[in-house]
Amino acid sequence: MAPVGPRSGDAIFSSIDRVNAELFTLTYGAIVRQLLTDLEEVEEVNKQLDQMGYNIGIRLIDEFLAKSGVSRCVDFKETAEMIAKVGFKMFLGVTASVSSWDADGTCCSIILEDFPILAKVFTTAMS
Amino acid sequence: MAAIYSLYIINKSGGLIFYKDCGTKGRMDTNDSLRVASLWHSMHAISQQLSPVNGCTGIELLEADTFDLHCFQSLPGTKFFVVCEPGTPHMESLLRYIYELYTDYVLKNPFYEIEMPIRCELFDINLTQAVQSDRVALLGR
Repeated sequence: MAPVGPRSGDAIFSSIDRVNAELFTLTYGAIVRQLLTDLEEVEEVNKQLDQMGYNIGIRLIDEFLAKSGVSRCVDFKETAEMIAKVGFKMFLGVTASVSSWDADGTCCSIILEDFPILAKVFTTAMS
Repeated sequence: MAAIYSLYIINKSGGLIFYKDCGTKGRMDTNDSLRVASLWHSMHAISQQLSPVNGCTGIELLEADTFDLHCFQSLPGTKFFVVCEPGTPHMESLLRYIYELYTDYVLKNPFYEIEMPIRCELFDINLTQAVQSDRVALLGR
C-alpha cells in the first residue's frame, strides 16, 4: 500500500489528546519552584532542567516520528525547520520560526511568539 | 482468516524487549525468543551492508513457505517485526500502528526505562485489541 506522507503540525495537534495549558504552565512552575527550593543554585537548577528536558526528548522523538511520518532530514537546516514548524506545533500548539543562522549553518535561533509558560512568569525589579 | 503468529520488539542494541505470540503455532520459550531476536538484529544489519544500493534501510519482508516476516525499523533504531501466515495483508500498517502504541503507552509511562523489557499493561491491552483480525482489516483502508 502507498506510504502515508508527512502530516502537518496542525493536523496532528488536533488529532491527539491534549491537556489544559494552564495545568501545564502551573505544573511546570511548581517543578521549577521545587527545584529552586531543593537545589538553591540557579546553575544547578538549570542543569537539572536540561537533564530533564533531554530525558523527555529521547522519548518524544519516537512519538514525533510515529505521528508525523517524516523521513530522515538531509541537513541541520532541515532539522531546525522540522522542529520549529512541525515539532513545536504538534506538542505545544505554538508556531516557531528559525532565524539568525551563522556562517557555517551550525547554529541558529528558534523564536517562539506567545509561549504559554511565560504567561505566568513574574520577574522582580531590583530597587 | 490469515493469522498473526507472533510479534517481537527489539531495542537499538539488538536485545528483545517485547515478545507476544498470538497463535498456537510457532510458540517459543524465553531463551529461544531472545536468541532469535538477536539473530534477526544481526541479519538486518548485515543486509544493509550487502545491499548494492546506497541508503538501504534493511530487510522489510522475508517470505518463506510457511510464514511471512514483516519488519519495521524506526529512525532511532527500534525494530518491530511480526511473523504471520503467508499472504496476510496490511502488516506494514499494523507495524506502524504498533509503533504509535509504543510511543503512547510505553514511552510515556514514567516507570518504563528506555531499552528495558516492556511491562506496560496499557500497551498489552491495546496491542491485543489491535491484532484481532477484524481490527487489522480496518488498518488497510
